[in-house]
Formats: sequence, structure tokens, C-alpha cells
Amino acid sequence: MAAARDVVMPGIARPRWTPLEIVFWLAPIAAYVAFPDRRLLLSQIFIYGLFALSLDLVLGYAGILSLGHAAFFGAGAYTAALLAQHGWTEPLSGLVASGAVSAAFGLVVSLLVVPGSELGRLMVTLGVGLLMFEVANHASSITGGVDGLTDLPIGALLGRIPFGLDGRAACAYGFAILLVVFLLARRLVQSPFGLALRGIRENVRRMPAIGVDVNQRLRIVFAVAAGIAGLAGAALTQTTQLCGIDSLGFQRSAELLIMLVLGGAGRLYGALIGATVFIVAQDSLAGLSPDYWQFWLGAALVALVLIARGGLLGALDALRRRVTRGKR
Amino acid sequence: MRTLIGVLFDGVAYGSLLFLISLGLSVTMGLMSFVNLAHGAFAMMGGFLCVTLMRRLGISFGLTLPLVFVVIGAAGALIELGLYRRLYRASALDQVLFTIGLTFMTGAAATWIWGPSQQPIALPPSLHHQITLLGVDFGVYRLFLVGFVVVLAALLGLGVARTRFGAQLRAAVDNPQAAAGVGINVSLLFSITFALGTGLSGLGGALAIDVLGLDPTFALKYLVYFLLVVVVGGPGSLKGSLAAALLLGVADVAGKYYVPQLGSFVIYAAMIILLVVFPHGLYGRRA
Amino acid sequence: MSFTRSGLLVASLLCLATTRAHADDTIKVGLILESSGPFASQARQIANGAKAYVKAHGDTVAGKKIELVFKDVGGPAPDVAKRLAQELVTRDKVQFLGGFVLTPNALAVAPVATQAKVPTIIMNAATSIITAKSPYIVRVSFTLSQVAAPLAEWAAKNNIKHVYTLVSDYGPGNDAETTFKTVFTAHGGEIVGSVKVPLKNPDFSPFIQRIKDAKPEAVFVFVPAGDASVGFMKAFAERGLDKAGIKLIGTGDLTDDDVLTAMGDPALGVISTHHYSAAHESPENAAFKKVYAEVAGAGVRPNFMAVGGWDGMHLIYDVVQKLGGNVDGDKAMAFIKSGVTIQSPRGTISIDPATRDVVQDVYVRKVQKVGGQLYNIEFDKVAHVKDPGKS
Repeated sequence: MAAARDVVMPGIARPRWTPLEIVFWLAPIAAYVAFPDRRLLLSQIFIYGLFALSLDLVLGYAGILSLGHAAFFGAGAYTAALLAQHGWTEPLSGLVASGAVSAAFGLVVSLLVVPGSELGRLMVTLGVGLLMFEVANHASSITGGVDGLTDLPIGALLGRIPFGLDGRAACAYGFAILLVVFLLARRLVQSPFGLALRGIRENVRRMPAIGVDVNQRLRIVFAVAAGIAGLAGAALTQTTQLCGIDSLGFQRSAELLIMLVLGGAGRLYGALIGATVFIVAQDSLAGLSPDYWQFWLGAALVALVLIARGGLLGALDALRRRVTRGKR
Repeated sequence: MRTLIGVLFDGVAYGSLLFLISLGLSVTMGLMSFVNLAHGAFAMMGGFLCVTLMRRLGISFGLTLPLVFVVIGAAGALIELGLYRRLYRASALDQVLFTIGLTFMTGAAATWIWGPSQQPIALPPSLHHQITLLGVDFGVYRLFLVGFVVVLAALLGLGVARTRFGAQLRAAVDNPQAAAGVGINVSLLFSITFALGTGLSGLGGALAIDVLGLDPTFALKYLVYFLLVVVVGGPGSLKGSLAAALLLGVADVAGKYYVPQLGSFVIYAAMIILLVVFPHGLYGRRA
Repeated sequence: MSFTRSGLLVASLLCLATTRAHADDTIKVGLILESSGPFASQARQIANGAKAYVKAHGDTVAGKKIELVFKDVGGPAPDVAKRLAQELVTRDKVQFLGGFVLTPNALAVAPVATQAKVPTIIMNAATSIITAKSPYIVRVSFTLSQVAAPLAEWAAKNNIKHVYTLVSDYGPGNDAETTFKTVFTAHGGEIVGSVKVPLKNPDFSPFIQRIKDAKPEAVFVFVPAGDASVGFMKAFAERGLDKAGIKLIGTGDLTDDDVLTAMGDPALGVISTHHYSAAHESPENAAFKKVYAEVAGAGVRPNFMAVGGWDGMHLIYDVVQKLGGNVDGDKAMAFIKSGVTIQSPRGTISIDPATRDVVQDVYVRKVQKVGGQLYNIEFDKVAHVKDPGKS
């Protein structure tokens, strides 16, 4: 499997903001106002969008196939939960601490993952994810095992806004974190570091020839992505005041991969779009058909790939090409 | 010593079953570079077909096996021609999305047709007891499994090594472009191999009902193990899949027997270690 | 500042809770179930049990129409369960919550129940601690400790002195193991060995081999109903443990009616304790099974989860009837805590006013063939068992 085929990326995100991008970032605010009784869902879209973004750095930009990314999400989630249980209830500092723990964990795992073959990395990341699940299950006196940790004492945001059931604080929190991390990620992928990653993904053999330490770059991006996933996990724990073992599970990693590929990997925005579409589609379909919604979701995925490559953003590109060709 | 042999045998039996189902996936991923995550769905449909044949048509278990092989193989050939063929040039990620979508659809359809519960199967009583050889108790069904797979692996190995088809297959796995250049009809080869691989996995699914159970979540539940065998063994390698399946089967069973507190860790730790030491799989092609 | 804000929040939710009582002529019941994924079979039993009750008793109570709203939580996903509960309360304006195959989902919903003052009926989740998490939670199903303790007693009294335990490595498994060990040793029995098997475990043969080596008189088993229990049973028979004279005893999850047919003859003779058997002889059970077949299809056998759904709806109907159709969370819980008794298909059950948990008879059963099919035939019982896990 050649790495070059793996991602469709027509162009680097331009340094300046396009009008479309600005509209994109105003949309969540509009959604917040327009759908006041769906704010919890919106906050979860922000959190999973962040999670998908972290996988995009690893998969879309660095080309590392990871099926165990939930391990880092879970690491962040449990760190935030345990901090809260032991008296550290302030959310923002807890968030940063959880991100740091996940990043460190990611750096350690990267030592196993980075020097492998493509498929090998897939299975090693999968194995790490599955191992983490078993560890969390065994250490049930700390993690609560399969029952998880509930009723976590999370402090109010900025000391003023509690994370209540109406989802207001959760939305503000999720959106703010997502926006900040996105801005940083955008900078990262446009920087020389980001370009080096693209080079590694497209032709790994040439890179050392131009003086790039491939493994070091990959380890760094893996750790950064793990840290971001940890932030997402911590945010979920804090906004819901609970932490379940499913945050580490294989299903979470698999769903994340689907979200990212659905949106289109290697574009940053693909991660966000994929997460939004997947969560909204799953929620609506499950509401219509609680027993069989997976059939319709599967059919939608199959149809999408048959129509266009590169996920939803790829489909949009194909549409744009056809329209511009028609204009000529 | 007797328990060691017993435990090893159990591991070999479990591994044999994994090998039987995973072989098709190994060939698909090695030969056609196609990430077919729907492979588990073919095994699952083999199981459901077997159960339906036995219950609705009253066919005996032994007779269902060749029928399942043929029907699922034919279904595989049709799906390959109609759908998969269009995606050979697609990226691995698109293939993942597509085949996961297919798996979801198959699982939901199976739930709708057969219901979400475990499927009962009535094996012939001759297969359902223990015999004692050299002081060790062996389950007859597992003996049958191991024997079946040994014979099959031998036949396949001979087929790949001695027949013309096998030579063409080996050529295409090593270098598809050169093979096509030499006049081998690579796309026909793909179809036949895919049909064989899916037929085998359907057969494996039917044989697995008594060991692993059968319900509509089978495809996704055991996909991890099939991927494990393929990647550790090296995609495209029959020897590799066999070695990996047996190794992992024995490690899993032995781990759970001797150190049950760490039972679940052993197979994942074993896999990680094997992959770190053999990054391309035990018998994988060095890229 | 934050105190006032949260005060406002609680006040608005309270208003929501009370105004709902005067709203429609419909009373909505929100059922949160794990309908897709590995627990689909169990979730479907609960759903069909609930629907069967509505079918049998009509959908009108005290002049109000009862409407069931089903939500899928997919599997163990506490964050999703919490969000679904919240949305059911604020968007769909349900006046009762119910369902829950799995404990983590039930635990996650507790804060929503408390804050919105919505009575929440647990129709399966069997870990003891759930009812303590919110004063608005009531359970009509069972707890693992409640059925494991009588089994330990029965074993000790019936000449079984040496037992090996095998449980799945998670919360309910640990509950079952702890309760069994405590009660069994208190009655003079000896535990000769214990093993915990991983939740995801395709092959039981190594564990069966360990049991065979230890040569106990009996094996106490708890594994979740489904491929685990079927896999265990087949491995047990295949390795000839039954022929070696080792008895198999377990909680009713091992011989769950939903999978008993799939297990086949290897299950014959297994002794279990549980609160419901499809073979239970009573007019209520006969009526229940008849309506259930109309809802679920002729070949589907109801299991203890279906009874949980049925009895959960029974409790809801009783509450609505008692309150004359005007459901207020606090009044509902006051009624429930006044000592409610229900004639269930399983027998008579009551709700303990102190713990809001179910008190019921636990039956000792043996798997036998009746009319060509396998059933759990009750031959003894322990009456009025409260959940020992609470004390």
C-alpha cells in the first residue's frame, strides 16, 4: 500500500482566512442560538471535532495509520477525572494538566509506533489501545472499571459558570478549546514542520536526503496529537462530570477513524466536518430507527465512497471541479 | 506435562480456526493491496447460512460445509466484480470507509433477518465428546478442526507451489505489473483468489459457530483477531498466516491458563512485541 | 454569582417539572436502551416487555395517554446516556425515565433524575449501588448479590463443600463473586480456587482446564448472558467436566431464557438461582407470555429482562393511576416509597421503601427438557430476598 495514495490534499490551507472559513466558524455560534435544546449535542460535536483534529495530524498529515487513538483520549479523560476526585476541581488548569499527561504518554507510545511498517503501526496502535482498556478495567479501584467514575466534582468555568445540564458552559468551553487548538494546528501544518510532515507522508525515503530527521518529526507530531486528544478527553469528562471506560475503547477509536475519513483526511476542516456529520447523522438515524440505524449509516458510507474519493471534502472538490469545468 | 500438551492443543485448535478465516484476508491484502475490513462479514454470513441450511432445509452439518464454501465464494466473486473492483485504485482510507460501511449494513441486515440473539446449532453427537489419547483428553470437535485445517493448509501449500495457478498467484503477489507484462490475466486471478478467500472464510465462520458462537455482531467483534493474524504473519503469505495464527492462539490460551490474572494482556503484548521485532510480519515482503 | 445562576437553573427545571403536570393529555415515558451493538438482544427484550404491557392494558391510564419514547445508547456510553436523558427531559418532556441494560448508563443518568425530579425506573442494570445514586431511582429488576447469596446458601445446605468460582472481570462479576464467597464460607463451605475471565474472551478452554485440575465439587459461574455464557457452556461440556462429576451452578444469567436454546443439551442439569423463569407457572406469567408473543413474534421466548420491562411499566401505570394522571416527581416517589406491591409474571414483588430497590422471591431452578425444549424448572425458593449488597 503506497503512502502517497492515502490522502487527497489539493492544496495547503492558505495563510489568510477565506470568507468560507469565517462563515464556517460563525456557524457553531448560529447553531448555539438556533437550537437551544440541543446544546449538549453541540458541545459533544466540538469535543469530538477536536478529537478528530488530533487524529488528522497523525493520520492525514503524518500518514501514520492509528487505530488506538482513543488511548490518549481516555488518558486525558481519566486524568481530569482523578484530579477532580482528589480536590483539583478547577477545569482549565485540570485541562492543561490532562493534556500534558496525554502528550507524555503519546511520546512513550511513539517509540513503539514510529519505527514500524504501515500495517505494523496500525496493529501496534490497536494493541496499545486494547491494552489500555484492559489496564483500566483491572485497576477498577482507581478507574471504577466498567462502571466508570460518576458525580465528579468539577468546578465552575472561570469560577462563575457551572457545567450544568443546559449545556451553556459546555458549549462555550468546547468551542473555545477547539478554536484555540485549531488556530495552533493551522499554524503548525503551514510551518516548515508541517511541510516536512507532508514530505514524509509523500516520500519518506527522500526526506533524510534533505536533512530531515524523519523519526524525530513523527514522534513530535504523535505526542502533540496525543496531547490534543487528551484535551478532548478531559473536556468531555469536565463537561459531563463523568468518565467511562468506553472513552478508551476500540469502538471509540474506530468511530473516530470513520469520522475523519468521512470528512476527508489531511485538510483539518475534514476532521471537523466529519465529526459533525457523523454525530448528527448517528443521532438522527438512531432516533428514527433505534435498532437498525447502522444499516443506513453503512449505506451512506458506501454510497459516499462510490460517488467520490477523499470523503465529504473530496466530494465537494469533485463537485467544484465539475462546476468550473462546466463554466469554461 | 499432560496439561501442557492439552493446553498447547487447545491453542493450536483456536489458532487453526483463526487461520482458516483470516487466510482470505491475508491474500486480499497482500495480493490486491485492498483493505477489506468486511472480511469478517463473509465469515459471519457463512455461519448464518450454515444455521439456516440446517434448520430450514434439514441438511446435516457435514453437508452444509461444502455448500457454504461454494455459496459464499460465489457471493464474494460477485461482490468483487461489482463493487470492489472499482476501488482497487482508491486510497486505503477510502477502502476502509467502504468496507466498514458494508460491514455495518451486513450486521444490521443479519439482525433484521435472524434477530439479535445467539444462534443455536445442533452438531451431530459424534462430534461432541472427548477421547483420550496417551492419557490426555482431546475434544473431538477440536481434533476435527485441527485435522481439517492441516489437510487444507497442505493442499493449499501444494497448490501454490506446484500448480500453474499457484505460480501465477505467487508472481502476481511479488510484482503485479511484471506479472501482467508476462501475460498473466491478473484481474481474473484476483477474482478467483478473492472468491476462494471468501469461500474459505465463510467455511471458517460455519466451523466457528460451536467455538466462538454466532450473532450479528460477529463480524466486528472478531475483526481485530483476523487483522492481528494477517499483519503479524505478513500479508499475502500462507505460511505467515498459519504461523501467526498458531503462535497467537497458543500464546492466548497458554497465557490464560498459566497466568489468568494477565489473561487478556498476553495476546496484545505478544502482538506488539512480534510487530516491533518483525515490522513487516513474520513472513512479510520487505518493502 | 454562580450560586444564583445554579439556583435559577434549578428553579427553571423545577418549573418545568411542575408545569409538565398540567400540560398535555399525554404522559411520555423515555426508555434509554442499548438497542444497537452487543446488547441489542437484551435491550429488545426490555423494549418488547414494555410494549407488551401497554398492549395488554391499553395505552390510557386515568384519562391520560401513555406514549413510549425509545432512545438508543448503543452500548456502555455514559456520556451519551446522560445527554439522552437530559434531552428526553427538556425536549420530549418525559415524565418518567426507564430502561438501562447496563450499569454505567444508569449511573450516568442519576444526576439528571435528581435535578429534574423525574422518577427513573431501572428495568435491568443489576449493580447494588445504583439506587443509592438518586432519590428518584427505583429498580424493578434484581441485583447480582440478591440472586448469588441464595445460591451460596443452597449449595452449602446441599452437601457441596468445595467450590471453584469463575466470573467475568467487571463490576457485576465482582459483585457476584464477593457475595457468593462471603455467604458460602459463612455457611461452612470452602472456595478451592477463583478465576476472573476477561470480558472479551472467545475461548474458555484454558479456564476450563484450570477448573478440571482443581477438581472441585462444583463450579460457580457468572458471565454476562450472550456469547460468553454460550461459549462457556459449550467448553464446559466439551471438556467433559459434567462427566467428571463437577456440578455447574450459577446465577440465572448463565441459563438466560434468551440463549438457553442456543446452548443446547450441554446446559441440562445446571442449577441456577434467579428471579424469573419463562417456565414459571402462574396465571400472570401465562398472560404475559401470550401478549409477549404477539409483540415479539411467536418463536421468541421472554427472559428476565422482558419481565423487567413489563413490571417497570406496571409500576408506572400504578403511579399514574394513583396520582390521577397528574404526575409530580416528588408525589410519585412518595407513593412508591409507601410500600408498593406488584403481581409480576415472576411472582409477587415489592419495593423496599428504604432503598427503593426490589424485594422478591429468588427461585432455585434446574435446566430440564420440557416438550423438546430446554427450560429452567423451579424446584425451591427463598422468599422475600432484599438486596444484601446494601447492608
